[in-house]
Amino acid sequence: MTDTRGDAAQQTDDFAFTAANLAKAKAIIARYPKGRQASAVMPLLDLGQRQNGGWLPPAAVECVAEMLDMPFIRVWEVASFYTMYNRAPVGRNHVQVCTNISCWLRGSDDVLDACRNTLDVEVGKTTDDGLFTLSEVECLGACVNAPMIMINDDFYEDLDAGSTQAILNALKEGGTPTPGPQNGRRGCESAAGPTTLSEVPEFKPKKPAKKRRPAKGKPSGGT
Amino acid sequence: MLRDEDRIFTNLYGFKDSGLEGARSLGDWDDTKGLLARGREGIVEEMKESGLRGRGGAGFGCGMKWSFMPKEASGRPHYLVVNADEGEPGTCKDREILRNEPHKLVEGCLVAGFAMGANTAYIYVRGEFLREAEALQRAIDEANEAGLIGKDACGSGWDFDVHLHLGQGAYICGEETALIESLEGKKGQPRLKPPFPANVGLYGCPTTVNNVETIAVAPTILRRGGDWFAGLGRPNNTGTKIFCISGHVENPCTVEEEMGISLRELIDKHAGGVRGGWGNLQAVIPGGSSVPVVPKSVCDTLCLDFDSCSEAKTGLGTGAVIVMDKSVDVLRAIARLSRFYMHESCGQCTPCREGTGWLWRMMERVCEGNATLDELDVLEEVTYQIEGHTICALGDAAAWPVQGLFRHFRPQMEERIAAQQAATATEAA
Repeated sequence: MTDTRGDAAQQTDDFAFTAANLAKAKAIIARYPKGRQASAVMPLLDLGQRQNGGWLPPAAVECVAEMLDMPFIRVWEVASFYTMYNRAPVGRNHVQVCTNISCWLRGSDDVLDACRNTLDVEVGKTTDDGLFTLSEVECLGACVNAPMIMINDDFYEDLDAGSTQAILNALKEGGTPTPGPQNGRRGCESAAGPTTLSEVPEFKPKKPAKKRRPAKGKPSGGT
Repeated sequence: MLRDEDRIFTNLYGFKDSGLEGARSLGDWDDTKGLLARGREGIVEEMKESGLRGRGGAGFGCGMKWSFMPKEASGRPHYLVVNADEGEPGTCKDREILRNEPHKLVEGCLVAGFAMGANTAYIYVRGEFLREAEALQRAIDEANEAGLIGKDACGSGWDFDVHLHLGQGAYICGEETALIESLEGKKGQPRLKPPFPANVGLYGCPTTVNNVETIAVAPTILRRGGDWFAGLGRPNNTGTKIFCISGHVENPCTVEEEMGISLRELIDKHAGGVRGGWGNLQAVIPGGSSVPVVPKSVCDTLCLDFDSCSEAKTGLGTGAVIVMDKSVDVLRAIARLSRFYMHESCGQCTPCREGTGWLWRMMERVCEGNATLDELDVLEEVTYQIEGHTICALGDAAAWPVQGLFRHFRPQMEERIAAQQAATATEAA
């Protein structure tokens, strides 16, 4: 098992953005005013991390620093401040378990145990086959769908030990489990069905959508 | 209970199309040009009349905040920055707006930006909300293509660009000046105020930072009138609010309700009641992790608005209602929050950098019963040494949950210590 946090023991020699990512990087830089290209540092580091298989080697940090005309240490400072930058390799599936209060109240301890047992790996470590890294994280902002985990870019919600295990096993077998609530409900509605929004009046535009349409003489309704 | 016709977020659960067509069918982008034709003053006045208070937690008057932006052009650009760095434990309301009602947010950016003389808005979305950010980006692209934003937005003559910026996992960036620092490409460490962002904000320019929900309700308020919004709730606590009910309820959910609804009605009507019935309730944190916990005796009569919560010595915060039944070790719950604040302290101010870790270690000792009774007094005293002595409110936010525990659960802390001491004495004997 290898460490996932802390500064990288391994160095990769070189890093350069691919042509496609270079184009993306330029579009990102253009979102900010001239001379304020440093604003692009976070999205560019993210782009570099994605290109590099989920972790950020110093060479990528250096590449971003050069592109943005920033001192290396200013960029490294950013890379080490934000938790979503991995400064050491992570597995193909980065499993992040929220254990903050709302998840904890609804059984995140069981979910974390299910992850440990199913993957046979400790928190902060990567499986020997490089398929999974397990992390414990702070609130991910899906509290009414607790407990939840994030795997790479997707949220898996309304979990228990069984559904957690099923998701991880599916990934082990190369499957793509469906993200979102695992108990059948839709989004953040009550599991017993929504308690509101059954009687929303139909919207009547204040003005006809197209000017050429003749007015129908209806009083202009509110929204 | 709030009537459906008075709900602003009619696609809160994402049952309908969140794209432009769907949004239009729910009333978004309806004669936005007409809204802008009221002029900066007109919009700000209407927002003041609505009584809308910021939905990000602090509850500052929205119209008032917008009015702080310089009226005269000074040659410096103005910026609107939307805080979508939702990370307050218990809170997941902005997520629903981003993924299900993104056009309300984009239209809100236009009217708010126009009202403060800004031609550019940056929406700072927490990095973990990648799917939500994708939904928002789709809405921004659709609005651009339809001419609703961009050059001559909605045919108003006002140019307005909206950009999305992804955070990368730092709770502190929800603090407005830390967010600005982060947006400038730095570590997210809060700035000293004054100067306030309205004078010196993003890139040293006049900037207003608003929460997602605050901006997203603005177009509906302008359409239906400030008096309509002010007619809901009660004076100084007007309108509707999105509540997130999590923890030990039968059916956790997110719902838009009228400001001032009683806690019990909210839980019973929308979340299927407390697990095991109201009698099984132990405590509630009514506004996200930063506000003090209150016991059942307070919950019995608590109404959810800014002033009612503050009278009960807690806070409405983000409207994130975290429910704990009698099975919970409340001490352990608060210790978990202390660990969170330790993890999220940016390290800039000593009382917070040192204090949050100290609070957590002490809380762990209290949970185990290994502290002494004298140490409880020290622990409480230290929370007051952290509170109010840091640049930003993270220090306060770390102190308040522990203070809430002392206010209502000190007997449990003492019992825990006494039990552990008795157990040790028996072992020794």
